[in-house]
Amino acid sequence: MNILEVYDLTKFYGDFKAVCGITFTVKKGEVFGLLGPNGAGKTTTINMLTGLALPTQGRVVYSGTDYTHNIKKAQHLMGVVPDESNLYPELTGLENLCFCGALYGLKKAERRAKAEFLFEQFGLKDAKDKKFSAYSRGMKRRLTIAAGIIHDPPILFLDEPTTGIDVASARQIRNILKDMNKKGTTIFLTTHYIEEAERLCDRVAFIVEGKIIEVDYVDELIHPVKDRNILILTISGVSDGLEEKLSSILPGFSCKRLSDSDIRIESDRAFRTGHIIRIMEEAGIDVMEAKRMRATLEDVFVEVTGIEAQEMKKEKEKKAQEG
Amino acid sequence: MNNLIAFFAIFLKDIKTYYLKPPNISWGIIFPFAWAGMFFIRTGGNMMDVMSILLGIMAISILFGTTSMLSVTITFEKKSRTFDRILLSPIPLGLIMFAKTSGAILFGIVNAFVPYLVAGFFVNLSHIHLSIVMAAIVLISIASTFMGLFIATSVSEVFEAQTFSNFFRFPMIFLCGLFFPISKLPLFLRPLSYIMPLTYGVDILHGAINHSSALPYAFDFAVLFLFCAILFYISLYNIKKRWVF
Ligand SMILES: Nc1ncnc2c1ncn2[C@@H]1O[C@H](COP(=O)(O)OP(=O)(O)O)[C@@H](O)[C@H]1O
Ligand SMILES: [Mg+2]
Repeated sequence: MNILEVYDLTKFYGDFKAVCGITFTVKKGEVFGLLGPNGAGKTTTINMLTGLALPTQGRVVYSGTDYTHNIKKAQHLMGVVPDESNLYPELTGLENLCFCGALYGLKKAERRAKAEFLFEQFGLKDAKDKKFSAYSRGMKRRLTIAAGIIHDPPILFLDEPTTGIDVASARQIRNILKDMNKKGTTIFLTTHYIEEAERLCDRVAFIVEGKIIEVDYVDELIHPVKDRNILILTISGVSDGLEEKLSSILPGFSCKRLSDSDIRIESDRAFRTGHIIRIMEEAGIDVMEAKRMRATLEDVFVEVTGIEAQEMKKEKEKKAQEG
Repeated sequence: MNNLIAFFAIFLKDIKTYYLKPPNISWGIIFPFAWAGMFFIRTGGNMMDVMSILLGIMAISILFGTTSMLSVTITFEKKSRTFDRILLSPIPLGLIMFAKTSGAILFGIVNAFVPYLVAGFFVNLSHIHLSIVMAAIVLISIASTFMGLFIATSVSEVFEAQTFSNFFRFPMIFLCGLFFPISKLPLFLRPLSYIMPLTYGVDILHGAINHSSALPYAFDFAVLFLFCAILFYISLYNIKKRWVF
């Protein structure tokens, strides 16, 4: 059963095409991820699906009913967690949650009880009477998620749920999301962290420059590459012409330079790490460290989109620093 | 029922976080006294003048209590994205706007009654048609608040909201017939007076307080009502066009 179907969804800002005719479905009970670099159109897509932006073209269908021109009528079905918090800094955590509950028509006792329960579940009990402005970034994000689910929506939208917060909070949030999903909430999230998509999502869509390039189950996407043999080497002593040198001493292997000191060696055939290191050292390349890797969603993403995973992070960090 | 709960949540939150803040309460009380003081000094401090200035202070209190207050708070909420929270909830847009404006309207009404009550201690107000004054105050409050809403939905920055409010407010005070009767204004300014909602509100107050209105009540009320409706629909259109775009 599809909880959400999206057909040819398009958004123009003037002449600029932010989202160009994307089509996909989200199945009831799954975790669906929209994975793409900064500026790919992820936020614009969520905004169109939740009623903060009007599609230029296309259709949005929730549980079989077309709500394209009437998203308001579908808003009781969804919880939305934006990339930046939209709670009131001057209210306490508890007041914020109760206010959000009231927006969905929860009665006073009902929203109060639900809020108390969420504070417990999200590990924020001690902070419930603190002003929201006094929360840390990670706490803010958690409370924003709690506010998004106070009315028990069947589908929860999250825009970059772990971007810009500390590692521990991010892990906690991933666990909360997994938990909620187990209890039946369908989750739609966007992210530019490939590992996150791999760890959290059942299915992902790769979105680049407003277009969806690939949609599938994570397992299916990884399947063709999962038997690949990958070795990451940290080397020293070589700068110029390294790639040519490698392809001449290691024929049949694909070699790529990841940074000044790191290279990646890959082959469809099995090989022994020691063997490679010996060949390298004989050619005058010192190997400081060697790591065997299994192919991940990252490899698939890089192959399909032509975008290096490193680039995605850099762009985002640059943006975070500016902002 | 759900909508009613949401409506009151928004209304009460705004009252609590904006209108019941100490600076606003003191503003609502000090402001009318300051204006009254100014008028007294100008007129030589005659108690008999209370009646002639009461109406002006009431009208100005409403205008200053509502328009910029609403336009600034909404612009601020839009900028800090808390307004999106409300836009994301399943409340019809029209109702959202009623909820956001009702706090300011009430604030305007209360502001107008502060000088009225104070005046009651000094002079006999029994000849005033209280029900008409009430009706006028409510409508002036709604019109001024909706003007703030119109401003909020037409700008994106807080400072723009402030500038824009003043752009409307100050000419309105001088042209609405409070300080000079409209018939004494230069001919080329008079059309301006008649495209301002406050003019009609002030005319009703003139009638109810000093028994000297220039236009029939029914006409004044009808025009004020029309202003409210037009401002509301333009704002609704603006929100749809500028915020959910
Ligand atoms: N309101 C807007 N007006 C014009 N361009 C916009 C607007 N919002 C987003 N864009 C552009 O649309 C593209 C997609 O943006 P966005 O959906 O925010 O990407 P993402 O969330 O994937 O980083 C970007 O190039 C962005 O600059
Ligand atoms: Mg984004």
